[in-house]
Amino acid sequence: MRIVVVGAGEVGSNIAASLSADHDVVVVERDPATVEELTYSMDILALEGDGASRETLREAGVEEADLLVASTDQDETNLVVCGTAKTLGDPLTIARVRNVELLDTWQASQGAFDVDVMVSTDLLTAQDIVRVIGVPGALDVDPFASGLVQVAEFQVPAESDVAGRTVADADRFESLTFAAVVHDGEVAIPRGDTVLEGGDKVVVIGTPAGVQEFSRTVAPGQALDEADDFVVVGGSAIGAHVARLLADRGVQPRLVERDPERARELAEALPGALVMEHDATDVDFLVAEGLDRADALVAATDSDEKNLLVSLLARNVGVKRTVAVVENGEYAHLFETVGVDVAVNPRRSTAEEIVRFTQEGRVENLSLIEGREAEVVEFEVDADSALTGRPIRESIGDLPDGVVVGAITRDHEFVVPRGETEIHAGDHVVLFVAADALEDVMTLA
Amino acid sequence: MRVRVDWRVSVSLVGTILKWLWVPLTGPLVLAVVDGSALAPFALTMAATVVAGVALESLADERDLRGREAFLMVSLTWLAIAVVGAVPFVLAGEGTLASPTNALFEATSGITTTGATVVVDFETHSRAIHLWRAVLQWLGGLGILVLATAVLSQLGVGGAHLMETETQTRDVNKLTPRISETARLLYRLYIGLTAVMVAVLLALHWLGVAPEMTPFDAVSHAFTAVSTSGFSPRGESLAAFSPAVQWATVPFMALGATSFVLMYFVLQGDLSRLRESDEFRFYVALLAFFAATVAGVLALDGTFATTEATVRHAVFQVVSILTTTGYASADFNLWSPAAKHVLFVSMFVGGMAGSTTCSIKALRWLVVLKAFRRDLFTAAHPSVVRPVRLSGSVVDEDTIRDIYAYTLVSLVFFILATVFVVVDASRVGLAVTEFEAMSAAAATFFNVGPAFGIAGPLASYEPFPRSTKLAMVFLMWIGRIEIVPVLVLLTPSYWRT
Repeated sequence: MRIVVVGAGEVGSNIAASLSADHDVVVVERDPATVEELTYSMDILALEGDGASRETLREAGVEEADLLVASTDQDETNLVVCGTAKTLGDPLTIARVRNVELLDTWQASQGAFDVDVMVSTDLLTAQDIVRVIGVPGALDVDPFASGLVQVAEFQVPAESDVAGRTVADADRFESLTFAAVVHDGEVAIPRGDTVLEGGDKVVVIGTPAGVQEFSRTVAPGQALDEADDFVVVGGSAIGAHVARLLADRGVQPRLVERDPERARELAEALPGALVMEHDATDVDFLVAEGLDRADALVAATDSDEKNLLVSLLARNVGVKRTVAVVENGEYAHLFETVGVDVAVNPRRSTAEEIVRFTQEGRVENLSLIEGREAEVVEFEVDADSALTGRPIRESIGDLPDGVVVGAITRDHEFVVPRGETEIHAGDHVVLFVAADALEDVMTLA
Repeated sequence: MRVRVDWRVSVSLVGTILKWLWVPLTGPLVLAVVDGSALAPFALTMAATVVAGVALESLADERDLRGREAFLMVSLTWLAIAVVGAVPFVLAGEGTLASPTNALFEATSGITTTGATVVVDFETHSRAIHLWRAVLQWLGGLGILVLATAVLSQLGVGGAHLMETETQTRDVNKLTPRISETARLLYRLYIGLTAVMVAVLLALHWLGVAPEMTPFDAVSHAFTAVSTSGFSPRGESLAAFSPAVQWATVPFMALGATSFVLMYFVLQGDLSRLRESDEFRFYVALLAFFAATVAGVLALDGTFATTEATVRHAVFQVVSILTTTGYASADFNLWSPAAKHVLFVSMFVGGMAGSTTCSIKALRWLVVLKAFRRDLFTAAHPSVVRPVRLSGSVVDEDTIRDIYAYTLVSLVFFILATVFVVVDASRVGLAVTEFEAMSAAAATFFNVGPAFGIAGPLASYEPFPRSTKLAMVFLMWIGRIEIVPVLVLLTPSYWRT
């Protein structure tokens, strides 16, 4: 697949990097230094030029390209790039925007601005965060099949009831499938006798209720039902989205922002949130305003270091759960090691969205596990699929190793996948697939 | 010192408005012809206002109105019309209005929609003079400069400055791209409301439930009810009419004090605006609260024999005073102190911004309340940033400060005026109690009209000394244009660069 990425900022170069292994990637960037750097660090073609010019796009080969990702820092430029690309060829155009107004317009009229897919990094990240704080103990929660299915990743605490037990023992949940266990960074598909150890991560696929129930076993004493006291630190775009999403759910989050002008701006824009103007690293302030008793705190300032500090401070004064935004993907793991409950990387959310469109159109939803060690994919099975018309026990043998059928939905109903379950054409399946098996699976299934 | 304000432009535009004042004068003139009463007062005034208008108009050729000139023009316009409006009273030479001071008081009370009168014997005045009183009030109702903007195309963009200066409460809500078109829409609504009221009053007469309501009375009262002004050609005000007329008048006073922009949207079928408008709900709640309180007091006192009469007089009087109309359905001066004091407090309320009402207005009180409640909250939580919201949108802090300041300045003016009334009365040996003085000061400054005691609803402001009357002319004038345009003129920096 030929892919053109316009704008090699943080997100753009990350997308280019994650796609360059399997596809031909051309990057267009205005800054010569970045072009130089990309040329020598990745196996891609980096061009210097203005992505909104026909000349540059033609040079980048947009006429033959299958996919164009416009990810410059300016929303308007991204829209113009997509529009220009459509005059030259017919790639699938993906535009990254910050302004949610543009997203609203696009959603109201699909295909507006000649954009086929519009992605808002900030909003995606905020949605991730809100989902995660809704499920205690979870590191990541992604919705599949219009919300009928959730894929969640949990870290098993050493003191948890499930630690030290076998999967067969722990799997007492009717509508839940254990898809993978991550032990020391190694992704493995669990068998009944696999023993879960403290510190392991598990990936489960099931109904939202099943995931919720499992979370209570993994992280007891953090029942979601009464969790309604949320604190967001930092009035960045992500922080503001998180506060708005929480306010839309009817809880009044508290949003702490240090800059007076930005605080005022946020207070005007978010009637459902309580905005406080203060430095959240001030422990006296945290305690005086009762922020230490919060159910969850989201650190979403513009600086990774500050997010780490705020999360650790919050944890220290007694906040039950901390979520930190971390721009630098390499730190994410480190954050979780030193005591932040969940580190959310904005670029991962965007990458998942964009990688989905490189999967030849069939994949309706996708989630990346441990970098790209494995993927969870959702698609509709047709009559020709190896899965169709026979029990899973039989069909699974024809598929490569490293595949788990996590969930099935039929006519918008959840179907529990068991060995004897038969998959029909038209069903939606949610599969856990190890990265090396992905290509084979997509041809067979 | 060099004057930097282009006062010639302001005065010239005032001239244009004066020039056109002959048009409303034709109403009383025609009535005078029909009745065979004196024509001269109106004919001479028409000639005078046209001559004066043309003369002033010629002061400037280039007439670009800017923000600063607008203050001067707004202030002068209201004063000039009051002066011209007084001329027919003096020329007619009937009763108390023959005195120039009384005539100026009556005309100012008319154009500013106050409704405080110095007429003692209503019968001595011709119907034409009574109609002129009503016409002045109708002209003042929605704002003379809104009318000028609607009619005089040469004002153009300047109209936005004028409408904004005339109603200090909020930016002009442009309903249409052209300001003159917006002004015309508002006036069409105003005319429509007046016409409906005339029709309703006449219908009541023909149905036989309003024997006293002649066509002349219907027009005179429609002019002064919808404009929330309160002049009546009858000495007993609305007490001269049947309960049916009194009930029918209530909704028109209440609508006159409702935002015309809101009414426009409701007439367009957008009913959700009513629910979304915090100010409208607050205004309705205030009316209901005061009416219920007065009704309760009257019932306890046993002032009226029947429940219907108790409720009718309570509702009528509260709507009349709170909207700053100033009609009386009964001599409320005879009510118990409790009832009178509640009515007195309602003088400070006023209706919605963007209507014909005066006083401090529900909008300002609502913002003051909300801002104060916010300040109480932030006193306990100093780091919380909480904007004040009105009908869902944020009220910026500068506006809140302006509203606090306006409310405070209004109350200070009221106190100073009260003291002046008492001092000036004692100077000439007139017995005025504190409550009478307070109510007279409030009734003129907030453009309500009748006060309590000496200047009660069925009495007159005539007994006050001339100096007090002139002071009240000033109060009515600055009260109607919401203080700021006049006070700005008094600052030296206004006149310099």
